This record gives sequence, structure tokens and C-alpha cells, in this order.
Amino acid sequence: MKSTLLAFIIKELRHILRDKQTLTILLMMPLVQVILFGYALRSDVRDVRLAVVDPSPDYATIALRSRFTAGSRFKIVAVVPTIRSIEPLFRRGELDVALEFEPSFAAQLRSGGRAHVMLAVDASDPNTATTMQSYARAVINGYEQELSSGRAQSVQIIPQIRMRFNPTLESVNLFIPGLIALVLTLVSALMTAISLSREKERGTLEILLVSPLRPWQIIVGKVLPYLGLAFANVITALLAAWLIFHVPFRGSLALLLFESILYSMVSLSIGVLVASVTTSQRVAMLIALLATMLPSALLSGMVFPIASMPKFLQIVSNIVPARWFIIIARGIMLKGVGLQYLWRETLVLAVMTMILMAIAVRAFKPRMA
Amino acid sequence: MIETAAMEPAIVVRDLTRRFGSFVAVDNVSFDVATGEVFGFLGANGAGKTTAIKMLIGLLAPTSGSAHIAGLDVSMQMEQIRRRIGYMSQRFSLYEDLTVLENIALYGGIYGLTDAQIAERSSKMLETLGLTNELVGRLPLGWKQKLAFSVALLHEPAVVFLDEPTGGVDPITRRQFWELIYAAAARGTTVFVTTHYMDEAEYCDRISIMVDGHIVTLGTPKELKAKWDVNTIDELFVRLARAS
Repeated sequence: MKSTLLAFIIKELRHILRDKQTLTILLMMPLVQVILFGYALRSDVRDVRLAVVDPSPDYATIALRSRFTAGSRFKIVAVVPTIRSIEPLFRRGELDVALEFEPSFAAQLRSGGRAHVMLAVDASDPNTATTMQSYARAVINGYEQELSSGRAQSVQIIPQIRMRFNPTLESVNLFIPGLIALVLTLVSALMTAISLSREKERGTLEILLVSPLRPWQIIVGKVLPYLGLAFANVITALLAAWLIFHVPFRGSLALLLFESILYSMVSLSIGVLVASVTTSQRVAMLIALLATMLPSALLSGMVFPIASMPKFLQIVSNIVPARWFIIIARGIMLKGVGLQYLWRETLVLAVMTMILMAIAVRAFKPRMA
Repeated sequence: MIETAAMEPAIVVRDLTRRFGSFVAVDNVSFDVATGEVFGFLGANGAGKTTAIKMLIGLLAPTSGSAHIAGLDVSMQMEQIRRRIGYMSQRFSLYEDLTVLENIALYGGIYGLTDAQIAERSSKMLETLGLTNELVGRLPLGWKQKLAFSVALLHEPAVVFLDEPTGGVDPITRRQFWELIYAAAARGTTVFVTTHYMDEAEYCDRISIMVDGHIVTLGTPKELKAKWDVNTIDELFVRLARAS
């Protein structure tokens, strides 16, 4: 029995290794995706053009202004006494953010402990606007803390778009865990579905089912090589993230690899399930794409924050395995937390694996129907 | 109609029935196939041939009735039967992206042959078929079919099931294919074959013709032609299939 399974696994490895084009694509994918997402889809912004509206310049407004110019993110393009004069700049798209101080800013701070600023952000691109707004708030907060004499400063911000960001405001950090989920989904669910439904389509599955090979052995033989490939992909994605984008890795690598395998198993089960209910490679591929790739990209919190989704989609996102994996991966990579904080999410993935595997093995029983 | 053969029959089918809802695909079919016999299982498309074969090779459970292969019950002892049967389907069923030897190694491994057995049998097979070890996808269809048949025999099964093995193959290759079938039968392998080519039916030791889930006639080609007063099996087939 053991050599039976081994012969089958060797055959699967040969299929994968022989198809050099697909293998190359699969191996390079994490690298390409990390680079694409890292550079193209990053929502952090540089060289934000800032106009300062300062009716009565004093030491406090000048200190805050200099804080804005300190980093590479903002460059001040105009300093004017009234907001009216910057309106044309906004319209012509020569300005991204305007920062307006209330009159006698420093005096207000000193006497009442609070002063007001207004942030006007060009919101024609909502994502960028949100990002710029958070940058500006971070600068203001920084200044607030500098004035740490127990006095509070209330800051008024317009427009009011709410979106939470990681403390360093590097969006690439948030993307990497999602990317790993996406790559794993693709390799595990899609490739398994394709490879299993190919056997069905070509009639080779029938021959295997007539042979002494048991259905579970066919599934294990199909799944194991892709698990190995998924493992290689995680390593590639992590290396690329670390070497190219200096994404921090604060937690345990072993834990992340373990969770990746767990997540792969969920995806593999979905792949087997998809192949069991479809009859052709093409349909299997489309269903796998629809059922796994799209939710993993859109409903997992990878690109769009779950908190800003409509209630209905928030509920749906609970059954998307990638959602849980992304929480885990972000926790391990960015926060450096361990299983004591992530056991709930891990449990969700484990239960999903068991349920899906059970359904998949049951569905994959063309024998004795 | 149990035959008194010297050996126990390779296949014994009794009142085998398979329903799909209210449709009866195979209706109370009974027949025997002797060990070493080449048995032609004929019938028009939709007559129930494929359903019957699927029950014999364990891809489908019978609704009622029984079938024994090499003395083993298909309902109870399928796991033992799997090691003792070979199967070649109408669709080409080797892996085209693997080489000849890799395909042989796969099936040898699945059927539990040792590495030494696989090495010995595969070199013999290449020699007999006059093949070199290349990707199966590069072989002409006729060669693929001959190879698939040889691979189905790799583990020396007691019975080999061939479901329209020569579909789409030229007459010369079909001829060569049947030589392989005879050679296997001569070694004692029972061959259970379905075909659409009536000239091939004439090569069989015995044939049965299935119409609408029933076996309407069974015997040697010579007997049947005499019984129904026809010159060829083709004529007989057309007459019986049309009568339904």
C-alpha cells in the first residue's frame, strides 16, 4: 500500500516538474506579486503638496510647519494668510492638502490647552486622500506629544474619512500577509482543482479508481506536491518582502510556516471539492477562481478593510479563510504576537480544514455511486 | 446455463440489474465467461454495456443481482478484485506528459510490483512493442493504444476489461492490437472486450449482444450466424438492434 501511494506521488511530482512553464510561473509568482503590490498598489504617498494657511504666524505654527517639511512626505508649496487664495490651486490640482491654523494658534494653546487646525484634502482619489490625511494627522499628533506638558490639543480634520493604518504608515507591510494568502490560495486551490479535474477530463481518473489505489490516496498524492510548492512560495514571498521592501518580521517564522500549511490545507480541500463537483478543467478553474481567489483578494481585508464594508459583506467575510489567515500573518509579522493571541483564528482555520476535507473526501467518491 | 468448464469461469454474472431512478439500464443480465476466453460484449450506444462494465470493475454498485470475478464477489471483495483485473477505457488513459517508462513505473507501483519486476517487464514491453522510451504524447494513436493495453496487463491480471479499445485506430493497427489480445488470451488472461467494429466481433471466442439492458443472444460467432441465418455478425447486429 505504501509503495502504491509513493508511485502515485512520484507521478504527480513528474507532472509538475515536466510542465516547466507552469512551474516557473508558480515559483516566480510570489516574487512578481510582492513587487507589483509593493510598488504599484501601495497606497502610501510621497511628496504631498501642502499649502499652509496661517493668519497669524507664531512659534507654534512655525514649529508645526517645520515638522511637516522634516520628512520626505510633505513639501510646502504655499504659505498664505487666508484659505481663499489657495482655492484656485486646489481646483487646478496643484495642491493635495491644505493645513489651516486658527488665528492666534499659540495663544490658544497656551491659555485653553486646545487649538484648532483644519485639514482640507484633495479627495478625488479617496484612497490617496485617506492616506494623506493620516500622514497629516500623524505629524500633528507628533507635535502634540512634543508639547507634552499635560495639555491636550483638539484637532479638527476635514474631510472625515476614517481608515486605520499601521503605525509606520507603510501600506506594503499590510499587503504582504494578504499576498501570501493570495499566492497560497492560487497554488493550493486552483492548481489542485485543475490537476484533479484534468484526470477526470482525460479519463485517467477512471483507471486510477479501478486500480487498488484508494480515493484518499489519490487525494493525498494530488495534494502533497502542491503543499511543498506552497511552502516554497511562502519563503519566496517573505524573502522578497524582506529584501526589497524591508518589511519587518517580528514574530516566529516557524509559527507562520505552520499557519501557512494550515491555510494551504483549507485551500487544497476547496480545490479537491471544486474538482469533485465539476467535470471539466475549464469549469473547475473558473469556479476555483470565483470561489477562492476573488473572496481572498476582496473580502479578506487584504485590500479593503473589513470594518469599512457593508454589514452584510462583513458577515460573509467570516467564511473566507483568507480573512483569518491574514489576521494571523499580520499578527505574527507586524505585531510579533504568538499563538496565545492567535489561537482563535488558528482554531477557525483548523475547523474549516476538517469540515472541508471531510466534505471533499465524501464528494470525491465516484465509485460505488 | 452454467457451463461445465474444466476451470471455474473467470466471470460469473447472475441477474445483474442496475436502475437509475425508474430507468433500468441493465436488466437481469446473466452470463459466464470462461478463463482464457476472448468475450465480445456488443451492443448499440445506450444499450447498457458501459453500465454493465462499470459494475464489474467496481465503479458502480449493482442495484440487485450478483457478479463474481475470479471467484470473488464484486459487492463484497472489490478490494481484492482490483489487484486481479486490468482496465483500458475507450478514452486514451496513459499520461501524455510522462514517458513510456514513467507511465509503466506508475502503474507498476500502484499495483504493488517490485522495482525489479517493473524494470524487467518494462524492458520486455518496449522490446515486444518495438518502442523507445519517449513522451507518450509523441506516440501515434495506434502505438498509444497498444501501450495502454500492455500497461493494463502489466500486473498480470486474471481478467482484462477493454472498453472500445480500438476506437479511431487504423485497420492495420487494429489487426496488430488483436494479435496482442490473442497473445494475452493464450497466456490464460480472460479478455472482456466491447467494440463497435463488427469485424472484430468475429475474432472473439464468444459474443453477446445487448439491447435495451437485456442480453438478447449469446454464443460463438459461428453458432449465432447459423442460428439467426445471417452471413455476418454485422448483419445480425443490425437486425437485433433494429428489432428493439
